[in-house]
Amino acid sequence: MLKSPADRAAMATPVRVARRIKGLSDRAIAWIFVTPTIIILLSINIFPLIWTIWLSFTNFRVNRPNKEVDFIGLRNYERILTDPDTWLTMQSTAHFLFWTIFFQVLIGFALAYLINKKFKGNDMWTTIIVLPMMLSPAVVGNFWKFLYQPQIGFFNYVVSFFTGVEPTSFSMIGDVSLAPWSIVIVDTWMWTPFVMLICLAGLRSIPDSIYEAAECDRAGKWRQFWTITIPMVLPFLMLAILFRGIENFKMFDLVVQLTGGGPGSTTELTSINLKREAFEKWRTGYASAYAVILFVTVFGLASIYVKALNRVKAR
Amino acid sequence: MSYSVNEPSSRQKWGAGILVISYAVITLLPLLWIIATGFKSPTDSIAYPPKVLFEPSLGGYVNLFTTQTRASAETLEALGEPTTWYDEIVQEKDMVIVGPSRFPERFLNSVIIGFGSTFFAIVLGTAAAYAFSRFKVPLKDDLLFFILSTRMMPPIAVAIPIFLMFRNLGMSDTHAGMILLYTGVNLSLAVWLINGFIDEIPIEYEEAALIDGYTRFQAFYKVVLPQAATGIASTAIFCLIFAWNEYAFAVLLTSGTAQTAPPFIPTIIGVGGLDWPAMAAGATIFLLPVMVFTILLRKHLLRGITFGAVRK
Repeated sequence: MLKSPADRAAMATPVRVARRIKGLSDRAIAWIFVTPTIIILLSINIFPLIWTIWLSFTNFRVNRPNKEVDFIGLRNYERILTDPDTWLTMQSTAHFLFWTIFFQVLIGFALAYLINKKFKGNDMWTTIIVLPMMLSPAVVGNFWKFLYQPQIGFFNYVVSFFTGVEPTSFSMIGDVSLAPWSIVIVDTWMWTPFVMLICLAGLRSIPDSIYEAAECDRAGKWRQFWTITIPMVLPFLMLAILFRGIENFKMFDLVVQLTGGGPGSTTELTSINLKREAFEKWRTGYASAYAVILFVTVFGLASIYVKALNRVKAR
Repeated sequence: MSYSVNEPSSRQKWGAGILVISYAVITLLPLLWIIATGFKSPTDSIAYPPKVLFEPSLGGYVNLFTTQTRASAETLEALGEPTTWYDEIVQEKDMVIVGPSRFPERFLNSVIIGFGSTFFAIVLGTAAAYAFSRFKVPLKDDLLFFILSTRMMPPIAVAIPIFLMFRNLGMSDTHAGMILLYTGVNLSLAVWLINGFIDEIPIEYEEAALIDGYTRFQAFYKVVLPQAATGIASTAIFCLIFAWNEYAFAVLLTSGTAQTAPPFIPTIIGVGGLDWPAMAAGATIFLLPVMVFTILLRKHLLRGITFGAVRK
């Protein structure tokens, strides 16, 4: 086993000094330092996970604690995967994921590109742009509901000011075809700065010398953009997409406050559906199976994606 | 004069500046609108077309902090002239203040649970991060990745067993339960980020300290901690903001004594029929501290929100 630098230092010192250095052994300190963290993570993260997996094979219901709990094998999983509602929920989640990422990447990258022109005061404006991202999503959802009110809402007023459409003629959160877009708009407003910050870090990591070399080779600006800027920022951009993807897949607070999953179930994302099953219908076993399916989906998709990301990085 | 091919022309800078500033203004508008709504009278808040200029009123804030009841003309008569400015606002609409509202309690809960969980996450997280960074811990990389991956789970999925666990232990709706829960959730972020900060401190500093006769523990708190202080402080603010903003666990696991502000603020509207100014006032008070912290944090923002994946 390789000796740690501290051990090497100890070996190089005279025995008398070394004894004084020791105090508690390194191994003891390592254990004392790590154990509390491991215990808390085990009790708050691992133990519940194992419990969820166990519950997912039962017909347990929280609101009927005295009823006997039966093992029903994979029945919960079977019911979820054959339920057309599950697929509707998955569809609205996919719609939400796709369009939020699309707009956030587009606007976020454009903003980062512009900020990287280093105009005067760009630091201050960047900080201002970043504000929405740090706010409580539930409270944000709640006040956007106010902005989206037909008649009195600020959003409807601004839209009607620019397009001439009657502000009372449309309701962003009440209309079946508009509601999915209402959550996309708020999420984009809130999280575009995140993509922007990561892209900015990517743009700033490109050394000037590469552009200078390209200039010597008489590559045009357009060509430089596609052959230098884009490939160099791509790993950063993919990382941003990964983070947004995971976050939006588990999206709950913002949407629950904004639309509550409605109208009908047009904005019912997976987390909202899960909450309904677990804490309104109290189908604990069923909901646990649902939760397990969600874990597997997130981890599966994320690990495939990370593989692709590493391949891009390696290039 | 030095010449760089990459220095944008001043025309480009102007164009970029104008576009970015317009975006910033558009992005700020909803926030400014909410802050303004907090100072409107109920009629102004629902006026059409929406009022940009209005007579400021503290009615929303008074409604936010007090419980009121309608009073008959005789009662109002008997009370005589209002003695304070807030009594005056309330009595103008034929109401009397009967006591404080729930909002201060909920806000205080947010503060207690936020700071409590941040404190534990940082203390435990720093210790664990130091051990991970400096000692051979078996399965270190797997453990670190595992710690991080716990953040990927949808909170609702974890909430079912935690709900059961808290109920069995009698910890639902208690401050201790929520502090424990948020500590657990924040710990992953704390360990991961602080581990990154400590990795950046050259190990030679400690070796020198050890040779000078410090014990390992002394070297940790006299050499490493001061070096990592900025990183630890910014990690603490991230943990605090997370706990402050958290909604899913709070709404499922608390209902009364330990309820934090995020699940409470949306219910304000229900209290006195659509009272938008009070809701806006609550949102303003709740969001302002985060805005201030964000401005303080701006240099570390990226590292915190990407779990150190982007270090700039």
